[in-house]
Amino acid sequence: MADPENAMGATTLRYAFGNVLSFFILLLIGVLAFSIRLFSVIKYESVIHEFDPYFNYRVTQFLTKNGIYDFWNWFDDRTWYPLGRVIGGTVYPGLTLTAGTLWWILNSLNVPLSVETVCVFTAPIFSAFASWATYLLTKEVKGAGAGLTAAALLAMVPSYISRSVAGSYDNEAVAIFALIFTFYLYIKTLNTGSLFYATLNALAYFYMVCSWGGYTFIINLIPMHVLLCIVTGRYSSRLYIAYAPFVVLGTLLAALVPVVGFNAVMTSEHFASFLVFIIIHVVAFVYYIKGILSPKMFKVAVMLVISVGLAVCCAVMAILIALVASSPTKGWSGRSLSLLDPTYASKYIPIIASVSEHQPPTWPSYFMDINVLAFLVPAGIIACFLPLSDASSFVVLYIVTSVYFSGVMVRLMLVLAPAACIMSGIALSEAFHVFTRSIKFQLPGLLGSSQVDSGDASSSTVVAQNDAGKVEKTEDTAKERPSKKNKKKEKEIVDKPSLKTKIEKRLLVLPLEASIFAILLLVLLGAFYVVHCVWAAAEAYSAPSIVLTSHSPDGGLHVFDDFREAYAWLSHNTEVDDKVASWWDYGYQTTAMANRTVIVDNNTWNNTHIATVGTAMSSPEKAAWEIFNSLDVKYVLVVFGGLVGYPSDDINKFLWMVRIGGGVFPHIKEPDYLRDGHYRIDSQATPTMLNCLMYKLSYYRFVETDGKGFDRVRRTEIGKKHFKLTHFEEVFTTHHWMVRIYKLKPPKNRIRGKAKKLKSKTSTTTSTKRSGANKRNPWH
Amino acid sequence: MARSTSKDAQALFNSLRSAYAATPTSLKIIDLYVGFAVFTALIQVVYMAIVGSFPFNSFLSGVLSCVGTAVLAVCLRIQVNKENKEFKDLPPERAFADFVLCNLVLHLVIMNFLG
Repeated sequence: MADPENAMGATTLRYAFGNVLSFFILLLIGVLAFSIRLFSVIKYESVIHEFDPYFNYRVTQFLTKNGIYDFWNWFDDRTWYPLGRVIGGTVYPGLTLTAGTLWWILNSLNVPLSVETVCVFTAPIFSAFASWATYLLTKEVKGAGAGLTAAALLAMVPSYISRSVAGSYDNEAVAIFALIFTFYLYIKTLNTGSLFYATLNALAYFYMVCSWGGYTFIINLIPMHVLLCIVTGRYSSRLYIAYAPFVVLGTLLAALVPVVGFNAVMTSEHFASFLVFIIIHVVAFVYYIKGILSPKMFKVAVMLVISVGLAVCCAVMAILIALVASSPTKGWSGRSLSLLDPTYASKYIPIIASVSEHQPPTWPSYFMDINVLAFLVPAGIIACFLPLSDASSFVVLYIVTSVYFSGVMVRLMLVLAPAACIMSGIALSEAFHVFTRSIKFQLPGLLGSSQVDSGDASSSTVVAQNDAGKVEKTEDTAKERPSKKNKKKEKEIVDKPSLKTKIEKRLLVLPLEASIFAILLLVLLGAFYVVHCVWAAAEAYSAPSIVLTSHSPDGGLHVFDDFREAYAWLSHNTEVDDKVASWWDYGYQTTAMANRTVIVDNNTWNNTHIATVGTAMSSPEKAAWEIFNSLDVKYVLVVFGGLVGYPSDDINKFLWMVRIGGGVFPHIKEPDYLRDGHYRIDSQATPTMLNCLMYKLSYYRFVETDGKGFDRVRRTEIGKKHFKLTHFEEVFTTHHWMVRIYKLKPPKNRIRGKAKKLKSKTSTTTSTKRSGANKRNPWH
Repeated sequence: MARSTSKDAQALFNSLRSAYAATPTSLKIIDLYVGFAVFTALIQVVYMAIVGSFPFNSFLSGVLSCVGTAVLAVCLRIQVNKENKEFKDLPPERAFADFVLCNLVLHLVIMNFLG
């Protein structure tokens, strides 16, 4: 009588202990995820990185200063001059609203953190949340052990670290958390069939739509999974409850976000969800009818429906296809199309093709970004099939689609990272489960005690069959043992007959030494993974790219702070309303740090405007002056890395300026700038290249630095060394010559030289002789 | 052939009617509610076809609210139906509470989107 109670008490105590331990492990995982992302703050400073985060930072500043109504209605006139940009309708507000709320809460609690600090540390905080969400998701799929492993893996995976380092204040910082959390709620709804979780699922999806354009992945993956479940015969009413309310509520919530708006029902990216919505209703109806009719009548019903319904269906499909085919891109946006057809962007939209993040990844980048997980993933996939449940089929689908998309764009390796962590967590957890069970089973036999934990012995169901082999402890089948050490211990042979009587089912247990060795090897694998992740976080992904460092030969650190120097000069030495022209990479930083109006910025929504700037940079001085003057530009900013060897300067980006400019203005022809198919700036360069504005502005007075004009990036001496600028004057060059700022010279008051009759605007009668040039020429 | 199909249709119709008559009254009420919601949605679509789709957000929110309540009512019916083995330990009060919550969220969004 007392024994079962004791056993019960023992198991509840064990469960309680396990829960407390899990809680502390999760806490530690959160702390780990937060701290591993702090390398950039330690090595450099607490500064916002890159380009896009500066825009988000500026928007957050505006939000905290002016409140939410002004934020929704903000029309920004300091970028894309003279067009401006509607911020409220073109930005994904999730990140800025999250950081703004955090700042507001902290300030109302009298913790006076600045907006910049909150922005810098938003990403590490949300990566801790993301690892907790991974724990919840994997627990729903496989169990708590797999959940903890997956959470620990996600906290450190380099691919996620690269986009969520402290200072990388970009959409993905909160979007990955929203993605994993939405998937968790979907799986939870699928497993429990509760409408409450379905509501939460829709709300989490709303948060995801607010945060990132990648929400289309969710709204296509979940319908795909529902379709998979229906096709493989796993339809259940829980599936209907998980999917149908999600579609209706999710579409409405997505339409609420201004940047999505009516795209939620009109673009092809969402049509999959509607199609599967209709399909699941049809299937549900069929199951219902099947339930209330007798089998004979059901057959009759099926025949009737097929004959009548097929005709109707064809008509509807024809209408739908005609509607979709009438739009030239079949209703897909350019970015989504380039995901499905990787060659689309390079053929039609050079701007999308020019972004380095949109290139396909190289093979080594897989190992760099997900490391050990790359070969644990297949093991995880196999483990998901034993047994196959709705949740594990979802995770398999998720990894397969994310592997495909990560192969198209290197930026989407980020979406692969959580899937890989989940799969590897499952694989590792199953492997550990097998090994520890083997040890636990054999340890009593080894120690001579007769208590065998029958609970473990009867769990012969699930083993990851990727192990080296399984051994059956029965006497009849003499299987070959592919264990590492091929000898049996005497004690095991002796204990075998006595154990056999106690255990009725067949066991899948490995030899003791093999298990111990295998566990040691797995721990070693984990150690290698940790070492790699910490190295990647510290060395590869922590650079803020607005501050550069290099090591001098005597070991000291040399800091290149040229960008901020240039922006500070701009903000202190120019008028508030002056317009600055530069290539679109630097637009966000210029508006955020220098607080000046720019012509084009990283949003790249207007190809013609960018092409105008590109044409100006590729034209000779006079034509460029005309173009810039027509845009009211006062200052031109050029990034030049030739003196210090900074490879991402404007001369290296020049080919894109020519291509994008040439795409809109046909008088810019790319072959004019190429010699033997290459862009050259040395003495073999074409005259068009040597006369274009970008060359002149980059290399003006460059020969004064070392007497020969040796460009460290291109590794040659420049072609034209001594020249004067006629239409621009240099106003500032930073310490390492990395940023050079020029001012447009005003036109001269008096026009000297040949007596030409000027074309007058008001009277046409007085204009008589016309020279060859129609335009007024103020320089001769 | 046509006669046999029409006879089959008749037999089918009768068997459907008799099977449906056997469902409990509470479920029939929910079915009526679903039918009403779908009917309202259809009326809205016809009205839009006559009058035009401006303002589109109002049309969308109207139609989706009808479709949404229909879907949620079907979910309630699934959860309350005693023949459903998966939900036999879910108390119907809990199912109704979830239904009310989800409807609240849905209509809050609708009110916001109605414009």
